Amino acid sequence: MTSLLQVEALVAGWQQPATPPVNLSLAAGEIIGLTGPNGVGKSTVLAALAGRAQVFAGRIVRQPGLRLALQTQDVPPVDGLPLSGRELLQLTGASPQGLPPWLIDRLDQRLDRLSGGQRHYLALWAILHAPADLVLLDEPTNNLDAAGVQHLTAHLHDRARAGAGIVVVSHDAAFVEAACDRVLRLEAGNGE
Amino acid sequence: MASDLFLIPFLTGLCLAVLLPLLGAYLRLRDEWLAALAYSHVAAAGALLALVGGFVPAIGGVAAAGLAGASKRLFAGRLSGGASYALLLLGGWAVAVLLAANQPMAERLGHALFDGQLYFAGPAQLSVVVPGGLLALVVLRRLAKNLLLAHVYPDFFRIRGLRAWPTQSGFDLLAALCLALATMNLGVMGAFALVFIPPWLAFRRARNWRAGLWLALLIGVFGYVLAFGIALGLDQPFGPVLALLLIVIGLVIA
Repeated sequence: MTSLLQVEALVAGWQQPATPPVNLSLAAGEIIGLTGPNGVGKSTVLAALAGRAQVFAGRIVRQPGLRLALQTQDVPPVDGLPLSGRELLQLTGASPQGLPPWLIDRLDQRLDRLSGGQRHYLALWAILHAPADLVLLDEPTNNLDAAGVQHLTAHLHDRARAGAGIVVVSHDAAFVEAACDRVLRLEAGNGE
Repeated sequence: MASDLFLIPFLTGLCLAVLLPLLGAYLRLRDEWLAALAYSHVAAAGALLALVGGFVPAIGGVAAAGLAGASKRLFAGRLSGGASYALLLLGGWAVAVLLAANQPMAERLGHALFDGQLYFAGPAQLSVVVPGGLLALVVLRRLAKNLLLAHVYPDFFRIRGLRAWPTQSGFDLLAALCLALATMNLGVMGAFALVFIPPWLAFRRARNWRAGLWLALLIGVFGYVLAFGIALGLDQPFGPVLALLLIVIGLVIA
């Protein structure tokens, strides 16, 4: 399998180092879960992989021309904005094909008139299905009910089978177990 | 109305009534609706400065607003949270009032700019507003998707290698130039009413972004045409009639 990403002894942070050293490699079609206690730096590692956080030590080698998609825990600011779910997907180039029935019927509604869970899933879908080789997801199961988590798990596998590499940060152990091919647990002072 | 005397001002304002609500939708998206007032006041001050200096007022207005729009990003770090627009508004207002108070010529033009003097628009204004408005619509259409994407998914926008500054600075400059053009023809508050009220209503009522742009445009054009007829029929200054009419439409629809 093609290696998309190679991370060697990475220590990342914002103003100062905030993660233990991390080593990982990711191939196309692979899903890696990143778990660990709160504050250990899981989201910071993801941000470093996306080029947002600062790299204090180690290195990140990305396949040349790699297209990234990043879902953060920030909620898209759509309150008061007349933007429909279909328009949101068009913005990132994501296809609505494969959306669960409980969202397909609501695609033409304004996002600010959907429930928090519906809005979150659409915002997540827009990133997950954007044209990208490497998809980075930060706590994607937040705000999702059991049906949403089940649907997401199935579609992560579909997305990986289509050739994308996926890194998932999550505190949801059952989801990580079901969705990921490998799990990397971060502990303070220990990268693996 | 069919007379050239009123047809040319009508067509000049109509072009702006199409452009300003669409521009206002993107200003509202970025929570920058105060920019409309700021750039209008800077344009008014620039026009008065040009007049006092012996230059063409319209060129001074467009140049001052364009300079403000282009250089806004340089001070973005120190002037966050809309402070830049508040400072530009206050500065523009202060310069305009001081010039009007000390120069008789500037006083007359100042009244015209703050009252809304659409009926004085002539072929020269129309020949600038038509191509300028069309060009602005084309540029706005090109920037539209990136403006939306940068607002909804700023991180995704950055990591896809999409450069933010051409979109942001390009839009700042576009907004400044359009508002200067509008201020020179509709007056400060007439331009602001068309930038603020139609998008405000569209954001409340529209079912999606595309429908919102159409709704803003329809409200703007409807309000403009009605205000033009009423102001002409009752022999009243255009700007305040337009503002009052849009407020009434706003209260009914909102």
